[in-house]
Amino acid sequence: MQPSEWDKQLSPVRDRLAGIECTRENRVFLPCEAEHVCEICRFLFEELRWRFVISTGIDAEDCFEVLHHFADDASGAIITVKAFIRDRQVPQIDSITPLIPAAEWIEREMHDLLGIRFRNHPNLQRLILADDWPEGVYPLRKEVQT
Amino acid sequence: MKEAARKSVLAVGPFHPLQEEMEFFQLTVDGEKVTDINARISYNHRGIEKLSEALQFDQVPYLVSRVCGICSASHPLAYVQAVEEIAGVQPPERALYVRTIINELERIHSHLLWVGLGGHFIGYDTVFMWAWKYREPVLDLLEEITGNRNNYGNVKVGGCREDIPDELIPKINLELDELEKKTEMLTKAVLDDPVLHVRLKGVGVLTKEDGIRYAVTGPTARGSGIAIDVRHDDPYAAYADLDWKVITQPEGDVFAKAVVRLLETLESIKIIRQALAKLPKGPVAVAVKEIPPGEGCGHAEAPRGETFHYVRSDGGNRPVRHKIRAPSYVNVPSFKASCIGADIADVTLTLAAVDPCYSCTERITVVDGRNALVHDYEELLRLSREKTARIRKDLGAPEMKLEGL
Repeated sequence: MQPSEWDKQLSPVRDRLAGIECTRENRVFLPCEAEHVCEICRFLFEELRWRFVISTGIDAEDCFEVLHHFADDASGAIITVKAFIRDRQVPQIDSITPLIPAAEWIEREMHDLLGIRFRNHPNLQRLILADDWPEGVYPLRKEVQT
Repeated sequence: MKEAARKSVLAVGPFHPLQEEMEFFQLTVDGEKVTDINARISYNHRGIEKLSEALQFDQVPYLVSRVCGICSASHPLAYVQAVEEIAGVQPPERALYVRTIINELERIHSHLLWVGLGGHFIGYDTVFMWAWKYREPVLDLLEEITGNRNNYGNVKVGGCREDIPDELIPKINLELDELEKKTEMLTKAVLDDPVLHVRLKGVGVLTKEDGIRYAVTGPTARGSGIAIDVRHDDPYAAYADLDWKVITQPEGDVFAKAVVRLLETLESIKIIRQALAKLPKGPVAVAVKEIPPGEGCGHAEAPRGETFHYVRSDGGNRPVRHKIRAPSYVNVPSFKASCIGADIADVTLTLAAVDPCYSCTERITVVDGRNALVHDYEELLRLSREKTARIRKDLGAPEMKLEGL
């Protein structure tokens, strides 16, 4: 799909996006601020009927990023909503689980490993870390050495 | 509180000593019926995503082939495709075909493994023995090509590590002919068996709507009538050049998933035959020097569904972030839809139908809070097998016959 076609298809949420980046054919990244993530994902999942694939949480230098990957299986495209969480002290973002049940585990995982709080998540309990893992230590943050 | 005290909890898991994925399910049951499900995973979390950040780009394929012993071709493939996307590398034609062949051999042995275990759970141990016997020559072929029966480590950024020697092609074709006959016989035996129809149809149904809500992929999705397959939707390796079908069944029950896997095994044989016939001449790898800054998404159709890898590079020689999505991670929570309302005798099978590497099904304990009764795994396996035997008796059906072997 051409960049202009993406523009047209995404027009209802276009003003919520900071851009539409096509890295190659069938790969699109949609950067946005954290507060718009639910609105955008609702549109992709419910209106465009794209499949939720998985999410990636990233400890970037000056912020946290939550990437929600979607697939449009009809065209084979992978569309990634890239939400920036600017507050590094108390990183939080709205949960998409009430909208997309498939996101429950991965949001719990990001909560465990990166310490990102997902607002309105129905069950934000530990999934990956052991019950006796110390509070406040998040293994996927960059300050934790491998 | 009084109500809660009367609830019985069925604990499934957490450990299986032989398989990689460990999961722990707590099923709340009312008599014989499952009323709720809760899952706990990560008993064997190995921190592979974090480890990957400490490795160089060309070392990571060997790490990710160990994500899963069974899917050890699809994980590195998805990863290298993500990195090739960042670097703009196009592997040579022959490498794309070799990747296709290895991945289809993997699908065949994985599906046969599932068919065998599925048979074991319902008391068809003959199916278990035969399916695993047919699987052996496939593993031998993989060993002959890559040097390993599992953990092949055969893909690298820019191509493949080992080529398929031309002199091996007749042998592979011969093994495929044998395998095709046996798989057809097995498929026919399953499709014609009246006991299996009664035992598996309508059991563990995942509706199409629930399948979409839970975003399932692979045979779990295709058994519910969702016609998605990465090989078809976003073709990689050599799949676009080959003639094959995406197998679907609309019913969503265990029988449908079994049929999908058996027919897919036959499709895989078809794919490998064509790939061998069209195998282009030339090298199997190009040199890759540097990985520029950027991000890439690679995905591949593993035997259990979509394997997805996201890689970010900052221009150094290691990934700054590498996200791995294994198919079972998304398929497993669909139990919430398929197990609730099911009989305990069907739980082993419903859990197994998603093919979550079985870790969950080997250690099942039923704790009845009211009567302090404990059922262990053997008891549940017995319940499952007794149900099959009961059906067989009611139908007056003979033992399943596997002929022409």
